[in-house]
Amino acid sequence: MAESTLRLEEKVESVTERTTSFWGDAARRFRRNRLAVTGLIIVLAIILLAAGANILAPQGYNTFNGLLAYHFPSWEHLFGTDDRGRDELAIVLFGARTALLVGFSTAISSIIIGVPLGLLSGLRGGALDFVVMRVVDITAAFPQVLFALFIVAAIGSGLLNVILAIGLLNWVILCRLVRAQVLALRSTEYVEAARAMGASEGSIMWRHLLPNTIGPLLVAVAIGIPSAIFTEAGLGFLGLGIDPTTPDWGNMIANARENISYYWHLALFPALALSVTMLAFNFVGDGLRDALDPRDRR
Amino acid sequence: MARYFIQRAAGLLFVLFAVSVITFTLMHAVPGGPWDATAHNPLPEETRRALAHKFGFDQPLPVQYLRYMGSALHLDFGVPFESPGETVTDLIGRTWPITAVLGGITILFSIVVGVPLGAMAALRQNSWIDYLISSISSLGFAVPNFALAIVFITVISDIYHLLPTGGWGTPQQLIMPVIAYALFPTSQIARYTRVSVLEVLRADYIRTARAKGLPRRNVVVRHVLRNALLPMITVIGPLLPDLITGSIFIEGIFSIPGLGSFFSTSAINRDYPMIMAVTLLYTVLIAVTYLVTDLLYMVVDPRVRLAGEGG
Repeated sequence: MAESTLRLEEKVESVTERTTSFWGDAARRFRRNRLAVTGLIIVLAIILLAAGANILAPQGYNTFNGLLAYHFPSWEHLFGTDDRGRDELAIVLFGARTALLVGFSTAISSIIIGVPLGLLSGLRGGALDFVVMRVVDITAAFPQVLFALFIVAAIGSGLLNVILAIGLLNWVILCRLVRAQVLALRSTEYVEAARAMGASEGSIMWRHLLPNTIGPLLVAVAIGIPSAIFTEAGLGFLGLGIDPTTPDWGNMIANARENISYYWHLALFPALALSVTMLAFNFVGDGLRDALDPRDRR
Repeated sequence: MARYFIQRAAGLLFVLFAVSVITFTLMHAVPGGPWDATAHNPLPEETRRALAHKFGFDQPLPVQYLRYMGSALHLDFGVPFESPGETVTDLIGRTWPITAVLGGITILFSIVVGVPLGAMAALRQNSWIDYLISSISSLGFAVPNFALAIVFITVISDIYHLLPTGGWGTPQQLIMPVIAYALFPTSQIARYTRVSVLEVLRADYIRTARAKGLPRRNVVVRHVLRNALLPMITVIGPLLPDLITGSIFIEGIFSIPGLGSFFSTSAINRDYPMIMAVTLLYTVLIAVTYLVTDLLYMVVDPRVRLAGEGG
């Protein structure tokens, strides 16, 4: 009797050893996706380049030299120099810091606003849900760039305000997503069971609802980062970005516009940097979606 | 269906009201006004006060708002500060057709190119054609249109001198802006067409059609495409307001004198009447397009209608 129980336990153990977890499966699927892995490598490379900007370009982005103005790309200045003789590569590298900073902080701020509101709204329903959803409707009705433009015009430019402006836009997507997930999961059997066993609303939220929304949330955040970088570059392009002295790709493209028919390098390199960054983040986002949602697999 | 329509229309009015109030308040919360004294343009205090009085800026905000909305209902949005010789309505009437032509051509281009590409990718799933089309569409999804516009101008205009760098009026000047502008919608349409066609290909009625011995071409054209293109209404619909209201970036880079390029200067110069009118215009267009898209979808797809009435 005791022996057979033991054997059964062994069997159970060997079975559990072979099953893989949801996240393990997802990681395996992600690794198999060549495009996603390439995207991730590029994203990591951009982060390293941005972090090491002051090592790679020790002179900084603010070293003026009138004698060097408007040089075309050469071995000495790989991306050429701008109207004030600054090394274009250095500005692009420091611009990566701005772009990444805005991308990641906006992601964090929209999570902080959107996730709790979505959870509460879905779980509580009623008046709170009504109010939150109307705010979401209104925010979504504003044209994106226009809205960011307004906020920046109202509260002034500067790094923090740009992040706030974009964050105030992007939380809507996360809020809707989390609410929809909560509504779908709220009436599932395992949540009913937890409730019947006397679990509090809070513990249902943290232990059952939140973990199940993390997958789609992660995808939305990964796709939100490049869109935030794009909006920031757009604001910089319109001259309403962080401020003219902070290196910023959008701003660089705008400044280069006037002389684009001659000094093409001043517009091309920041435009390429922006495109590559957005592309890489999008590849990672798409890869995450395919990895986390096996139903959608090709 | 009538109840649904009334509900949606009421929602639309509410959103419009809220957007107009928020815009109005935000605009007046902005520090600095159009008549701030600058080094180039010093204005004496009295003149400034007289101007504020003339435009009603010395009244309380709710009064200003009601007065504004009252005239807005008669399409009177005031006089743009930047171009005082005409009304905002005139200015929009002058610049918007340019933007609408550019946007209209862009939409046509995106549909004509995007749908066949997406369908081709789906019909040859996992072949090299599929991979090529899918990679191009992810590229188009991610690359910002102003970055692509810059690359175009550099290569096509500066290095090879094939096309003019910008301007408006000749067909040659349209080529680069339309392609750069169409990049995103084309990619989106191609991607969704592919998914939609793939889904229909797996449906039972397609298997039945094949099993009946219908030729492949017949099945594809009459059964697959007809059913797969229906959901595309919901993809193309929301693209419309963005495209016909114009891209600030594309118009700015290619020096196209449309609404978009005008709007960016209005925003920077805090031209209140212009900002307010354009925001209202955008919001109405976006809300109406969503409503029409949903209604249209209910008309073409009876399943949605039935589900809506049941729930």
